[in-house]
Amino acid sequence: MTDWPILSVVTFIPLVCVLFLLPIRDDTETGRRNIRNVALLGTGFTFVLSLFIWINFQNADPGFQFVENVAMTGSGFSYAMGVDGISMLFVILTTFLMPFCILASWKIEKRVREYMIAFLILETMMLGVFCALDIVLFYVFFEAGLIPMFIIIGVWGGKRRVYASFKFFLYTLLGSVLMLLAIMAMYWDAGTTDIRSLLAHDFPPAMQTWLWLAFFASFAVKMPMWPVHTWLPDAHVEAPTAGSVILAGVLLKLGGYGFLRFSLPMFPLASDYFAPMVFTLSIVAIIYTSLVAMMQQDMKKLIAYSSVAHMGYVTMGIFAANQQGVQGAIFQMLSHGLVSSALFLCVGVVYDRLHTREIAAYGGLANNMPKYALAFMVFTMANVGLPGTSGFVGEFLTLLGAFQANSWVAFFATFGVILSACYALWLYRRVMFGALEKESLKAMLDLSGREKVILYPLIALVIFYGVYPAPIFDATAASVDALVNNYTASLQAARDLALPVN
Amino acid sequence: MYHAIVFLPLIGAIIAGLFGRSIGAKASEYVTTLFLIVAAVLSWVAFFTVAMGDAETIKIPVMRWIDSGTLNVEWAFRIDTLTAVMLVVVNTVSSLVHVYSIGYMHHDPHRPRFFAYLSLFTFAMLMLVTSDNLVQMFFGWEGVGLASYLLIGFWYKKPSAAAAAMKAFIVNRVGDFGFALGIFGVFVLFGSVGFDTIFAGAADFIPQEGAKAGGEIIMTLFGMSLDKGHAMTGVCLLLFMGAMGKSAQFLLHTWLPDAMEGPTPVSALIHAATMVTAGVFLVARMSPLFELSQSALTVVVIIGAITAFFAATVGLVQNDIKRVIAYSTCSQLGYMFVALGIGAYGAAIFHLFTHAFFKALLFLGAGSVIHSVSDEQDMRRMGGLRKHIPATYWMMIIGTVALTGLGIPGTIIGTSGFFSKDAIIESAFMAHNPAAGFAFTLLVVAALFTSFYSWRLIFMTFHGKPRASADVMHHVHESPPVMLVPLYILAAGALLAGFIFKDYFFGHHYAEFWKGALFTLPENEIVEEYHHVPLWVALSPFLAMLIGFATAWFFYIRSPETPRRLAGEHQGLYQFLLNKWYFDELYDFLFVRPAKWLGTFLWKQGDGRVIDGFGPDGIAARVQDISGRAVRLQTGYLYHYAFVMLIGIAALVTWMMLGSAF
Repeated sequence: MTDWPILSVVTFIPLVCVLFLLPIRDDTETGRRNIRNVALLGTGFTFVLSLFIWINFQNADPGFQFVENVAMTGSGFSYAMGVDGISMLFVILTTFLMPFCILASWKIEKRVREYMIAFLILETMMLGVFCALDIVLFYVFFEAGLIPMFIIIGVWGGKRRVYASFKFFLYTLLGSVLMLLAIMAMYWDAGTTDIRSLLAHDFPPAMQTWLWLAFFASFAVKMPMWPVHTWLPDAHVEAPTAGSVILAGVLLKLGGYGFLRFSLPMFPLASDYFAPMVFTLSIVAIIYTSLVAMMQQDMKKLIAYSSVAHMGYVTMGIFAANQQGVQGAIFQMLSHGLVSSALFLCVGVVYDRLHTREIAAYGGLANNMPKYALAFMVFTMANVGLPGTSGFVGEFLTLLGAFQANSWVAFFATFGVILSACYALWLYRRVMFGALEKESLKAMLDLSGREKVILYPLIALVIFYGVYPAPIFDATAASVDALVNNYTASLQAARDLALPVN
Repeated sequence: MYHAIVFLPLIGAIIAGLFGRSIGAKASEYVTTLFLIVAAVLSWVAFFTVAMGDAETIKIPVMRWIDSGTLNVEWAFRIDTLTAVMLVVVNTVSSLVHVYSIGYMHHDPHRPRFFAYLSLFTFAMLMLVTSDNLVQMFFGWEGVGLASYLLIGFWYKKPSAAAAAMKAFIVNRVGDFGFALGIFGVFVLFGSVGFDTIFAGAADFIPQEGAKAGGEIIMTLFGMSLDKGHAMTGVCLLLFMGAMGKSAQFLLHTWLPDAMEGPTPVSALIHAATMVTAGVFLVARMSPLFELSQSALTVVVIIGAITAFFAATVGLVQNDIKRVIAYSTCSQLGYMFVALGIGAYGAAIFHLFTHAFFKALLFLGAGSVIHSVSDEQDMRRMGGLRKHIPATYWMMIIGTVALTGLGIPGTIIGTSGFFSKDAIIESAFMAHNPAAGFAFTLLVVAALFTSFYSWRLIFMTFHGKPRASADVMHHVHESPPVMLVPLYILAAGALLAGFIFKDYFFGHHYAEFWKGALFTLPENEIVEEYHHVPLWVALSPFLAMLIGFATAWFFYIRSPETPRRLAGEHQGLYQFLLNKWYFDELYDFLFVRPAKWLGTFLWKQGDGRVIDGFGPDGIAARVQDISGRAVRLQTGYLYHYAFVMLIGIAALVTWMMLGSAF
């Protein structure tokens, strides 16, 4: 183990990079190049450093590791950081995706410095969410992350960017307000804001219900679950490519992480009580948004809707509350982080060339962009959940988990397997297959060097984790095991308590 | 050795796929083909060690895969007789198709991609047949689906090919829907997806003598509380749904004829010999479960029999040479499922084995025909080709006699179809399954149809006067040796495989050949019983074949105007068959259009009007409304403000006075 505060260092390096960026002027080509390089180096360095977290991580230990604790005297809350098997891999996912975002933004010319600063601040905030061990600290990071994202969409977005960013902000803020109230109530009941103590605290059943609902409001919006998902397609469509990547890759995972960190372990009775509702919403999300995705005419919107459907598997797996369901949900989130990011990057590739996301504007790209066609095929198949890609493992495990909880849930959710094939392959057919007839497409070149650097590692990872997902399962097993055992134990305890009364 | 068999095709696929451009098309062809030939030779070695020899079931762990709680899935190989048979079928046909493709595809600029796909397919198929658990099988299952998708859509510039590829994948996914749920069910019942655990656990499910119906509830499936017997039925039916999709059985068959959009070698390999038989393999592999559920087996029999009959009727009137053979494949797969359903697993796998030879032969022969007449596939524009391409003609004849099951009843002289198909028909007569009589009738009728459409194909293509343009006829040429040699090898198999192997697959050496790879209950004695069929039953498929041949000869040689007249007189029936019983139109009406309509509806109305309308947009609009009114309150006149203030104070004072009074 390391004795220096590695989590804080990783979290705040991007913020330090911001300090480096501030004095650089972006009105010359050299200046802009320097800005890009600093951002790329900074995020790259963060990623390399974060790998040490994984390397030194003790798989067998279900508790929090690399813990840092600085009490803020007199305020009742403390600066506490730490990761366990559930959060650790999200930290890696975040640091891993960041350099790709910077690379994907290489062509941005408008306010480059501010753009990079927004992304770096966003990275710090997201890392903070996953590392925070104090609920107030968690809340601060969770909410502060909204601001840079809001700005990214609102400033560097497409035509309807203002509408999209306001919608995004309104939805997420609504949930946040309720969560803040819940956090205050928890402090009032447990007398602490430390997550470790809160995990051990038994909240009274009636209170659990209200707290659960308040947290649910916030996390369901972030996931997003049906019916509070409509901000996502708009946000994705208007956001610049890198914004979409971060949105799909990391921000959507905050909701799932929240369920795993708070809802399930802290309010087990309420989770059990509300599980049928979550299942229903998940199924609706999977079938409804898959059908909607099928009919989209905008590539980004299609992928955005498919994200909602995939997140349906995550919520379903989490609330199945068994080992397979929860591990599957974590895996599905990580895998989706790679796959949907990659799909948005793929859309970015053709958008950079033709400046339209309209599916009808394309067709027959397989003729002159074979490398691109291959990359897109791999990610399409991963999106469809083909065994051998990472998409399969998560989908399979969440469905298996759900089947054990309730076979009807798995029955309906499995329709998603058919529908995902429909929308994904139809998209592929319309964009890639057919003769190359449109004049505007004939001059399009295959992947450039920079694009290869972005896409090929993602291909390798998607296939690697599809064939050998063991590293991820090893890292998450102990923590998930503890989580599931505590959950069933507290349900059992409540049941034992209820029996004599009857 | 087993690693080499499975991974050589993968290595070949990677080399040809990723480096095809740099090493050139020739090198890609040779590398993949060579690897496949090596794998095929090794497969025969494996066949003789495991199936013909007395080696135990071989298990080779490869790598960890999915470990989560009690679910432990490994990458592992399991080689028993069933696998060995499949290895031989897959690798033999695949290597021959590779060789053949060198000739068939030599004009195509994308040969490296083609060979990469072919090898990738072979790898996935090998993973399927060597798997040691259901999840790895699912990997191979979907992997072959992917390869099939890529190969059907190989000529992606043709919109019809792109559509057919997509259709194949999606219809297969419908089957996989059931397969996946079946795997979950197996996991719940047995706590594992590994074959050893499942098969060992299945012993507990054998119905006990004198046990009363019902029994303890062990599983809730879709709201039904199921005891052991019913749980087994449920799981088996779910698994069978997967088999129906992959093997193009009735209701999920619509993708197979369209799949003929792919290059012909692909049809031979994937849509005749190997991939479509995966469903048969699945049921045979799961025989320890299926054998315990009479109801599930009955469903298998019924679906198989209907498919055999239905596909044969459609095959009668098709004009595309490849589609005729495709429907024939569909129909023969139905035979195999009937065999599985009546408990004659050996007969099913035997037919799978012989069918691979003669159907691949027919497809490759058809490819040779198409190649010679400048890529024409419509038999109405062929005819009279016998003299021009004699080698192909004779190979097609061999394929046809093997398919129709020519042989002399009562003797051991016959083509491979004679042994395998007749074994199925005879077993169907003797079986105790409630649907066996139904199946027997349909199978005999289907045999008649089979004979008719097969000979119709031969007569329309090779006999009579040439109907192709003079220009095309001028270019007709026999295929090069690289295409003919695979035909010769397959023809040898089509003629001899039945005669050589019948005692092993479904005869006297049954037990020592299979060594328990196919599970049958002690009371299932079909292997023994089918030898004692009445004479008329043994003769019926033979007679059906003769009638079919005679009719075809009369219709297409003797009096070619008869079929036209008949079609004219029975226009309704003719159109019904020609349009494949209108299944495509039905599914379009039932599923495709409603799904599209629903998608648009949910998008525009659900998301747009309801959620956004009452959600963010609605709230935003209300806020604007209210603030707009609030703005109007600010009139700027002092007396308005003073008046409002006065009212407020009056209200406050009133409330304080009355409030304290209560």
